Amino acid sequence: MEKQWFTISVYSENNVGLLNRISGIFLKRHINIESLNVSKSEIDEVSKFTIVVNTTQQWVRNIVGQIEKQIEVIKAFYHTDEETIYQESALFKIASNLLFDERQIQNIIKENNSQIVTVAREFFVLAKSGRRFEIDQMYEELKPFGIMQFVRSGRIAVSKEEMQITSLLKEFQES
Amino acid sequence: METLKEKQKAQKSATTIKVSGAEAIIHCLLAEGVDLLYGYPGGAIMPVYDELYKFQDRLTHILTRHEQGATHAAQGYARVSGKVGVAMATSGPGATNLVTGLADAQIDSTPMVCITGQVPRHLLGSDAFQETDIIGISTPVTKWNYQITKASEIPEIMAKAFYIAKSGRPGPVLVDITKNAQFDEFEFAYEACTGVRSYNPVPKPDMKSIESAAELINTAKKPYIVWGQGVILGEAEAQLKALVEKAGIPAAWTILGASALDTAHPLNVGMVGMHGNYGPNILTNECDVLIAIGMRFDDRVTGSLDTYAKQAKVIHFEIDRAEIDKNVKADVAVLGDSKETLGLLLPLIQDNKHEAWHDEFKKKYQIEFDQVIKNDIHPTKEGLTMGEVIEEINLASENKAVIVTDVGQHQMIACRYAKFNRSKSNITSGGLGTMGFALPAAIGAKMGAMDREVVAIIGDGGYQMTIQELGVIFQHNVPVKIVVLNNDHLGMVRQWQELFFDKRYASTVMVNPDFVKIAEGYHIESKRVTERKDLRATVQEMMASKKPYFLEVKVEKEDNVFPMIPSGASVSDIRLK
Repeated sequence: MEKQWFTISVYSENNVGLLNRISGIFLKRHINIESLNVSKSEIDEVSKFTIVVNTTQQWVRNIVGQIEKQIEVIKAFYHTDEETIYQESALFKIASNLLFDERQIQNIIKENNSQIVTVAREFFVLAKSGRRFEIDQMYEELKPFGIMQFVRSGRIAVSKEEMQITSLLKEFQES
Repeated sequence: METLKEKQKAQKSATTIKVSGAEAIIHCLLAEGVDLLYGYPGGAIMPVYDELYKFQDRLTHILTRHEQGATHAAQGYARVSGKVGVAMATSGPGATNLVTGLADAQIDSTPMVCITGQVPRHLLGSDAFQETDIIGISTPVTKWNYQITKASEIPEIMAKAFYIAKSGRPGPVLVDITKNAQFDEFEFAYEACTGVRSYNPVPKPDMKSIESAAELINTAKKPYIVWGQGVILGEAEAQLKALVEKAGIPAAWTILGASALDTAHPLNVGMVGMHGNYGPNILTNECDVLIAIGMRFDDRVTGSLDTYAKQAKVIHFEIDRAEIDKNVKADVAVLGDSKETLGLLLPLIQDNKHEAWHDEFKKKYQIEFDQVIKNDIHPTKEGLTMGEVIEEINLASENKAVIVTDVGQHQMIACRYAKFNRSKSNITSGGLGTMGFALPAAIGAKMGAMDREVVAIIGDGGYQMTIQELGVIFQHNVPVKIVVLNNDHLGMVRQWQELFFDKRYASTVMVNPDFVKIAEGYHIESKRVTERKDLRATVQEMMASKKPYFLEVKVEKEDNVFPMIPSGASVSDIRLK
């Protein structure tokens, strides 16, 4: 079976140790996590993990089954790239003098639809949200001028299909 | 010691009393119906032991000689009784010594709660004396774990621990309690846990899948049941028997499913798997409908998945959703508790007989009997075989004993030849294959079923991994029967070396002590049998004894266990020699 990119979404309680429990499921199967994001979700007191992996359909099914089995996990899903709307965010820290010395920088900012987050005497910071390739493209464009620091977030994603966590939680409480 | 109720009365409080965290733990255990636990004290758990001292008239603590023994004893207790086994240890090395038992209970779905002490909250992360991250260490081998750092968390977490350990697919839970939480006082009130919002232990049965299963079963020409421990854990023995009889389906068992249906039942065709019976393995690839009940298609059961039951429609009755399609794709998956789902299935099943198909199993059994079984249990050669010892135990116990086995050749032979007429009678380390399991597990099994004979059958290798638990048997006069089948080798590894490593016997020859003298050192009645003529009388003497009894049988050094499916081979390629 062919490997492909999957986005795993996990709705869970917000408890100490759950991250370790979930990451251990990947470790046990020798599968590398490409990116991981933990945040609150659309439901109060419910956390959402967004995990990106490159693996086979069979393995992602197995992993999601094992994740969902964990006591504090409410529900886990996996989706292909086509089934989700997803983005990443990146920050670029650039020397301030370049803004004035290199006119091309301003074009890069405009063409990439990125925002200037802050400008200080020594440096300024650009933010860019988008698909991985868009961020990579901006990175390549800025690289010749020198990037002081760069960071990119894990993927965040919402599925096109409904997740129905609220009704699921209700069902759990009634059963 | 005052009971909780008396104390509440005295304090004139309807719902709460003020107690220390340590005392609260005892009240939680009592509220969960625990009257027996296994453990080993140490610095970080001392406040709880102090309370155990005060409550010793209501809660028996058995001091095992190693924390691993405490976990296996708790497992043995849980497996015969169906109740939650409890083990306790201190922080650091005490806690890490529980890990093997936790892993064993996790893979064999055994309900167990382990309680560990931990350094005080303010010392966490300081590399304090006997500090270890047992939550991190135990996470992959527990169904759930939790670190309590405040006394007030104790009632809710303990209630949750027991609920999670025993509900749905059971498993081990570890609760780590910092020492400050044991000392601190708080207003205690206990409420049993009845649910956790993110946890759905028993999926509701779906009638559509049950109807599809019934249709497949009713129209099958060569249906075949393979059941596992799910039948025992779900207490669905009667439903299994009814299904087997009504539909006339030959039924085989995985090692952990043994004893759910009498071994003597005409439709019980034997064990599947690497050293299982010939027919049950080979005919897996000839059935048209494979009905898997409460089993998980372990690799030791299936051999190569590429050639496993490819011709068959597969029906999988299972409580754990994650097991569906994990190893073998199910055509019909029936989720739920086996007792409930089989109960719903039964009225839809038509009376049937599959005599010609059943005859296939009988024919295969005859082949296996002639080539393997006869020589194992009625040998004519000089040396003693493991099989004939098991056969003598069957005779002397009238098939009523609980058989506890360790891991290796003796385990396979015991599970192949032991006869059972009652459920929850085969206690063994199946999934993890933990050498050293049997002796402490037998202690727990005996204490969980005092009315039953418990016979531990152990190899000379595994016996020495937890041999110190003889101390418990001696101290508490636990009347277990210990049979060491001594071939002076790590027999199963030696067998593989013979078959697959050109007889290079690397580190498998055991230089053994005088086992009889060791048992005598613990004041346990002991015998050694080296010749066939003494076997029957000695086994009978052992079984008649009301006290602990140790029997060493010197068996052939280089016997092999057959049939055998070589690792990674197909069930069709099972070897008889």
